[in-house]
Amino acid sequence: MKLRSALMGAAAFTALASAAWAERGADGHVNVLYWQAPSILNPYLSSGTKDVESASLILEGMAGFNEKGEVFARLAESVPTVENGGVSADLTQITWKLKSGLLWSDGTPVTSADAAFTYEYCKHPEGGCAQAARYEGIKSIETPDDLTVIITFDAPKPNPYQAFVGGTSPIIQKAQFQNCLGAAASTCTDQNFGPIGTGPFRVTEFKTNDTVSLEANPNYRDATKPAFATMTIKGGGDAEAAARAVMETGEFDYAWNTQINPDLQAQMIAAGKGTLLNGFGTLVERIEMNMTDPSPDLPEGERSTPKHPHPFLSDIRVRKALSMAIDRQVLVDVGYGNAGRATCNLVPAPELYASDNTDCLQQDMEGAKALLDEAGWTDSDGDGVRDKDGKKLSVLYQTSTNPVRQDFQALIKGWWNEVGVEVELKNIDASVYFGGDAGSPDTFQKFYADVEMYANNFDGTDPEPYLAQYLCDKIPGPDNQWQGENINRFCDPAYDALVKELATTADMAKRGEIAKKLNDMLTKDSYTVVALVDRGRLSAASNTLGGVVLNTWDTELWNAQDWFRVK
Amino acid sequence: MLTYIIRRLLLAIPTLLLISLVIFFLVDLAPGSPASEIPLTVPAEVRAKILESMGVNDPVYVRYLLWLKQFVWVEPLNLFDHWFGTTYAEGQQRIISYQTRGPVFDIIGQRIPQTLTVIGTAYLVGVLIAIPIGIYSAYRQYSWFDQAGTFVAMVGFSVPTFFTGVLLIVIFAVKLQWFPSIYDTTLKVTDWASFMKQVKQMVMPVTVLALFNAATLSRYMRSSMLENLGQDYVRTARAKGMSERTVVLRHVLRNSLIPVVTVIALGIPGIFGGAIITEQVFKINGLGAALIGAIHANDLPTVQTLAFIFAVLIVTFNLIADALYGLLDPRIRYA
Amino acid sequence: MRDTAGTQAKPVRMERPRSQWRDVWDQFKTHKGALVGMTVLALLVAFVVIGPFVWHEEKLTTTQTYLNKNKPPSLTYPLGTDHLGRDFFLRMMEGGRVSIAVGLVAMTISIFIGTTVGMLSGFFKRLDGPLMRLTDLFLSLPLLPLLLVMVMLFRDALARIFGPELGTFVLIVIAIGVTSWMPAARIVRGEVLALKEREFVLAARSLGTPNRRLILRHVLPNVVSPVMVAATLDIASAIITESALSFLGLGFPPDFPTWGRLLFDGLSYMQQYPERVIWPGLAISLTVLAVNYIGDGLRDALDPRIRGR
Repeated sequence: MKLRSALMGAAAFTALASAAWAERGADGHVNVLYWQAPSILNPYLSSGTKDVESASLILEGMAGFNEKGEVFARLAESVPTVENGGVSADLTQITWKLKSGLLWSDGTPVTSADAAFTYEYCKHPEGGCAQAARYEGIKSIETPDDLTVIITFDAPKPNPYQAFVGGTSPIIQKAQFQNCLGAAASTCTDQNFGPIGTGPFRVTEFKTNDTVSLEANPNYRDATKPAFATMTIKGGGDAEAAARAVMETGEFDYAWNTQINPDLQAQMIAAGKGTLLNGFGTLVERIEMNMTDPSPDLPEGERSTPKHPHPFLSDIRVRKALSMAIDRQVLVDVGYGNAGRATCNLVPAPELYASDNTDCLQQDMEGAKALLDEAGWTDSDGDGVRDKDGKKLSVLYQTSTNPVRQDFQALIKGWWNEVGVEVELKNIDASVYFGGDAGSPDTFQKFYADVEMYANNFDGTDPEPYLAQYLCDKIPGPDNQWQGENINRFCDPAYDALVKELATTADMAKRGEIAKKLNDMLTKDSYTVVALVDRGRLSAASNTLGGVVLNTWDTELWNAQDWFRVK
Repeated sequence: MLTYIIRRLLLAIPTLLLISLVIFFLVDLAPGSPASEIPLTVPAEVRAKILESMGVNDPVYVRYLLWLKQFVWVEPLNLFDHWFGTTYAEGQQRIISYQTRGPVFDIIGQRIPQTLTVIGTAYLVGVLIAIPIGIYSAYRQYSWFDQAGTFVAMVGFSVPTFFTGVLLIVIFAVKLQWFPSIYDTTLKVTDWASFMKQVKQMVMPVTVLALFNAATLSRYMRSSMLENLGQDYVRTARAKGMSERTVVLRHVLRNSLIPVVTVIALGIPGIFGGAIITEQVFKINGLGAALIGAIHANDLPTVQTLAFIFAVLIVTFNLIADALYGLLDPRIRYA
Repeated sequence: MRDTAGTQAKPVRMERPRSQWRDVWDQFKTHKGALVGMTVLALLVAFVVIGPFVWHEEKLTTTQTYLNKNKPPSLTYPLGTDHLGRDFFLRMMEGGRVSIAVGLVAMTISIFIGTTVGMLSGFFKRLDGPLMRLTDLFLSLPLLPLLLVMVMLFRDALARIFGPELGTFVLIVIAIGVTSWMPAARIVRGEVLALKEREFVLAARSLGTPNRRLILRHVLPNVVSPVMVAATLDIASAIITESALSFLGLGFPPDFPTWGRLLFDGLSYMQQYPERVIWPGLAISLTVLAVNYIGDGLRDALDPRIRGR
């Protein structure tokens, strides 16, 4: 891992060195494979990773995040901070200055009006903007001159790098999109399929859910970049086929998110045509404990609601015992190999926010059994399943359909059986499970099961909104069409108070401390969220493609302008 | 016969209306929502706004009537405009996909070429292989040729295309590197070199599908031939001293083709429906891939439109199959 | 039938007329392929039904099992172990139970509906229109949403009546049966339309044979051959459809192996452990092949013209 990043760093360095005498378009064509095909090139109308990332080759924001999660300037002169006066001392205002002489790919100048328009476009109440959260809390945007954009917030913003930062909130051209506001947004097919941007490439042909053909942007701000004259992004198939196309047949130069099992990873690497890049972000595969009773005997509308606490999972000893029985390292070895690592944390990164909680990593079967005995669950009738007051310790364990998750289910069921817990498994098609349809009993929000497994992460580097999901008033239920984010139905006034405190704290060290405390309250103090694996990003790059640096904090194609052909 | 066809055509209209209604409501009723495509990092309020802008929340009958109007009126008008350069459909809302926010018919237009070339060729090849094999297998029943044919056909049918497809890729794309494993939809055939490229990328998917189709069809052909070979008229023909060739290829074949033609005609809508798995394995991205992608993303307008087009084709080809029946078999009388 | 034939036998006859079904069986016995098919199917059924009772895996904890992963074939594990260390031989046996049962039951349902609809619509002109439009409707319904709706509506209800596993089984065989009868119906109808005008049917009708008897005695035996073809193809597609359903999360619980699912799961390991796709693939093919030969034999046996030879 260390060696690989060192090598990648060296590669990036040579890229920069060679770029000095390189020429735009000198390296011909590059093939990129996204096995989930891009559907649209306007990230404001789709928040799917595939769409945001392909669009990021064309559209850019003021700044972006680099591979370490630090903000760096793209269209802006420099990154505004409190130190350089770009961010006001009370944290309610940020001033962005555009580089001068920037041109759109159609040759017209980029101005602050485009940025102000972008805000207007996304905040339009009928537009259904997918990135509205990036523009939350903005009171006004002013443009005193063509190059200056001043954003004023409603309240102090400890993290002001949201609007116009990263691939999810780029600046779009006012001239192109001005007739696409609000309800008209989805009728602007030509604009959404072929946005005019400032990025290293521009669209020549877009076949939705199939192929994006791109060519070098003639007006890109660095006259020597990009090294590739044309690029194709092909979509379709699955992760395995995508990895194969780069690592074994060599047809493609780069494949996104090639999440394959460790055996296959080894086989692909042995083929010798490419490397698997991996990096860790904040994606955590976890088991969520249901604090409420999902029993089908309860009337509809009361199942899995705080009206009925869970018969046994409301006991922390049972939850802790279930967590102790899991060997997380085995899960990593089965499912992810190098692209995963065992974790006990809900927030595994960035370092500032990551708790040092590691006590769950060691499996402890005897301890789990003892804990269950202590909680009064014993196998009184000798059938191998613990019981108490005539009720069996039996859990329904659901997750979405996915080979790795089914392997996890099989292993965890085995361990739980060994400590005397009966397990019924259920898997649900992802489009139903994550669909949130209030009419379906199988959504992860309804949680008509005792425990469930899925993965989640947060956008960017600030975990505040993520931790705020576990507030008491965010519990999904029939009154809010099951649209809350507090999946576990966790409710602790102390937690709510701490989240409020986080929202008003500006000092970074203090924020880190509070976030760690919140993380621990959900994990090691209560075992409400049982984290399993910190899942990294795994992508494949051909040996003939240089300059690739995997970035888990922004789009993976963040530095495509620096890519070049290794000769 | 003519009156029969006209009556069937008229009857097709209410049938299709009913089918469209059932499809629309069925797809709508299915659990799942386009929200499953939105990452979990997007907050609930934003999620609700996105869904609202898609029109998901309108009552189902409103959406049905709007969709029906768009399907039978706005979209044909658009096609007319496209062909004749007129602007009758200007400003009329077309059927818009939830997933791409683009008109569904544009996607269909983009997908038809590769679907027809690959799946159509495979079907044709399959039919051309199956008929002679079926004839010979039946004529020499229980010969080694027949036994081998049966075996290959059964294996071909019982081994799913997701397996044969990947097997071919591993052998011919990974190990031998003869053919590409990924279909290039942007390839334009302009000269010999690009034509060869096109042929190369078609070889594997066509083989997989043709084998699968041939396996099914040859079974039907064989059984139909066997049925006819045992009939009295064959004995009569032979007794009259006709050559074996004439008996088999003229008399028996003509009669045996009758049920096979139905099976072939009924399979044609399947070409347009695409081959979901094969398209996915070879990344052809035709109509089948569009349908399955839309189903997974709960892109209701796309699913409804594609499913209904498919229904229209099925009804049409059933009609054609019935008409062929009447033409080929004089004994069948349609009143 | 046999009794009346026996009592009415006249002395001039050289031999006692025999029951039709006895004749069928005698003819069937002479068909070598059919006998082999029957034996293979019987063996496969025995393998999956009795196998798991005879074959006992040693008791290991989950972690010990896991450490046993990817073992090559040995005496303890005749087919090796999978990537989680589970005995592949045992999984093949367990998987076969579901697959064979699903294949046979779903095929029976599909053929029964298909033949009935096809027969009725071919034979009775008045039913032809409505039934064929119904067939069109079913042919044009998108399969996946239909299955999703069926699962949503009926899974819990069936699970309550039959228990989770049997409930899923019932749901799956009905779902596959209900969505796959249409080709059989079309083919049977086509055959019946032609048969209806044939001399022997006309003759039987002019003798005043009632419709029920006409259908069962004269028309049905003559459509057996295409139905048999459809039936064999149906078994294979039912087994494969089941695997697709399980894959989509609509089928059996994930800890329930089936041949289709084993084949699908083995796909990722095809290059390193080819046996993981070969065994389930072979098992499915063998089942289909066996049923096909039985079908062939049955068809010949039921055909009075061939039987006489």
